[in-house]
Amino acid sequence: MSPDLLKLIFGRLGLESLPLHEPIVVGTFAVVALGGATLLAGLTYFRLWGYLWREWFTTVDHKRIGIMYMILGIVMLLRGFADALMMRGQQMLAFGGSEGYLNAHHYDQVFTAHGVIMIFFVAMPLVTGLMNYVVPLQIGARDVSFPFLNNFSFWMTVGGAVLVMASLFIGEFARTGWLAYPPLSNIGYSPDVGVDYYIWALQVAGVGTTLSGINLICTIVKLRCPGMTMMKMPVFTWTSLCTNILIVASFPVLTVVLALLSLDRYVGTNFFTNDFGGSPMMYVNLIWIWGHPEVYILVLPAFGIFSEVTSTFSGKRLFGYTSMVYATVVITILSYLVWLHHFFTMGSGASVNSFFGITTMIISIPTGAKMFNWLFTMYRGRIRYELPMMWTIAFMLTFVLGGMTGVLLAVPPADFVLHNSLFLIAHFHNVIIGGVVFGAFAGINYWFPKAFGFKLDVFWGKLSFWFWVVGFYLAFMPLYVLGLMGVTRRLRVFDDPSLQIWFVIAAIGAFLVFLGILSMLMQFAVSLLKREQLKDVTGDPWDARTLEWATSSPPPDYNFAFTPVVHDNDAWWDMKKRGYQRPLTGFKPIHMPSSTGTGVILAGLATAMGFGLIWYIWWLAAASFLAMLVVGIGHTFNYHRDFDIPAEDVIRTEDARTKLLAGAK
Amino acid sequence: MSTDTHAAGAHDHHHDDGHAHSTFSGYMLGFVLSVVLTAIPFWLVMSGVLPSKQITALVIMAFAVVQIVVHMVYFLHMNAKSENGWTMMALIFTIVMVVIALSGSLWVMSHLNSNMMPIHQMSGMK
Repeated sequence: MSPDLLKLIFGRLGLESLPLHEPIVVGTFAVVALGGATLLAGLTYFRLWGYLWREWFTTVDHKRIGIMYMILGIVMLLRGFADALMMRGQQMLAFGGSEGYLNAHHYDQVFTAHGVIMIFFVAMPLVTGLMNYVVPLQIGARDVSFPFLNNFSFWMTVGGAVLVMASLFIGEFARTGWLAYPPLSNIGYSPDVGVDYYIWALQVAGVGTTLSGINLICTIVKLRCPGMTMMKMPVFTWTSLCTNILIVASFPVLTVVLALLSLDRYVGTNFFTNDFGGSPMMYVNLIWIWGHPEVYILVLPAFGIFSEVTSTFSGKRLFGYTSMVYATVVITILSYLVWLHHFFTMGSGASVNSFFGITTMIISIPTGAKMFNWLFTMYRGRIRYELPMMWTIAFMLTFVLGGMTGVLLAVPPADFVLHNSLFLIAHFHNVIIGGVVFGAFAGINYWFPKAFGFKLDVFWGKLSFWFWVVGFYLAFMPLYVLGLMGVTRRLRVFDDPSLQIWFVIAAIGAFLVFLGILSMLMQFAVSLLKREQLKDVTGDPWDARTLEWATSSPPPDYNFAFTPVVHDNDAWWDMKKRGYQRPLTGFKPIHMPSSTGTGVILAGLATAMGFGLIWYIWWLAAASFLAMLVVGIGHTFNYHRDFDIPAEDVIRTEDARTKLLAGAK
Repeated sequence: MSTDTHAAGAHDHHHDDGHAHSTFSGYMLGFVLSVVLTAIPFWLVMSGVLPSKQITALVIMAFAVVQIVVHMVYFLHMNAKSENGWTMMALIFTIVMVVIALSGSLWVMSHLNSNMMPIHQMSGMK
């Protein structure tokens, strides 16, 4: 075939785009391909495709979508953590003239991919998954406001993840760091597909995130059960509301920044170039207007989880509910006033820097208030050190440390010394792992019995906990030390041999965290095998306080046979105290939304469009875009959007639960 | 999407609670106002009646703000009471966010521009 024709069909994609010269990537590919083939063969052999498609992929049930988000988050955690191990290994080895085992080209992709994956495809899915699962149950709703949109949002997130994963084997990923600052990310310095993978993965996933934000706001505002006023909402629902408001307000900024960057790269505009009136500093400014709220998007739901866990396992009402809500709202607003602290050193001068330094220090006040609320909730409580509570304690210790180094970094003169050093790396891992990751794990251990009907195994859970916590401190405390000694981030080789010992300690810590992740997978497997012993028949295994524990574990498709009526903050606790009797008769048919495959198809087409744009395969991009329009408009003619669960089915489900509850007594 | 809302919401919430539904005359009034508010800036630019370009630009921006309000009131049916006040709250929040992002960016970028842009520094140095 002629080169022109090849170019028309494949764009810039060719055989040389496959990283066959990188033995590490080829090895990884072999393992992934083998594992993937085994999985696909297994699914085919056990005839699971139909089941997966009908019951999971096309579902609009917020509970199943929530679980799929969690699975996505955990799968991507394995990828993101593999990158982390590779970096720790490289930095441990590359001393005394050794080049380590990663070349610069590969190493730069590894640290970029690690950051992008951990934030967008691990932390975000874990947080969104928990919100998706828990919020409708906590407010006594049957689903989210827009169930189909929810399914579509999830698959768009998957689409973004697929693009990032594809970059490992087809072409390459960005070598720019996780925020892709220009001019490095402009076409002149990054002519390859890496940055385009970055842009389109985030754009595709960003659509999903924004829509899911709108959906959850609407759900919380409109679908609360009777009696649940704003100030009677559980704290997790409150923090979810604020998080989703932040999502809706800030993700459009990211979308626009990336769109401007793609214009620079694709059609030669000069928004972020050095010449012709462009300013790369504008990119840094804009992306942090999104970027700083983003960290609160991640951590606010975690704060909500800790609030629920602390009050449940202390057997007490949450101390200072009102102040907790106000602290959350204040953080929501303040998170928009601090973005410049990410680039104090760019040169805005004393007045601007002091303003943003002060706002940054102010934001630690509501956060500190929350910390005291949790402490006072525990004070004189009957504390049960179950797994979720253990993660919460670990969070409180770790996060306070991370918060204090954060206030240190908020002082502009100190930041001039510490900017872009490993001190910064240690700080944000300290708050993100200590806050978001520990929060997600607390949430997983807390709500797992609700989702699956059995508790998680305690032995492997504790093992995972200790590996994680000890591993975390070993991995990141050395980075504080190194940062204070002036070591900057993203270095591949080192000259000074006296630094090596710290990197060795950090690598040991990372390995312990690796054992923690393995223990967690083991915990899931063991719990599945021991599910009869760990069974939760009551629906309320922790003697908890909020509405999600009022229904069975796992909840029926319709969540609640009758919409609950709420009189108190801790609605379920209040119901238990007043001798609530489950209604046993009078069930009616329940109106529910139907499953649809449109979300999967639309997201698949969006991913194909992204792939076409990355590789300049214009026909593919255009065709998938048109197909998206057709499918999207076609879906508006789908009138089979809802159905009724017949009263007999409801009666059967509820009777089964009645028997189960009678057996439990 | 309205069927979805119904399907999900077990509660009896009807769709027009708190909505301010506009009438034909309402739409017409909004339409006429927007046309007028668009025509005046056009005329200002084409005829150049105002002495300086800067004043013209400012006046046009003022008209744009009024235009936004007209659209919100007559086409998006917003008032302080719709959706139990949530619409107004969302609007206030949006305005706060936009003001922070715009004024903050202008402030930050003007400082960066005067401190860091190489051409400026050349003349200022030594």
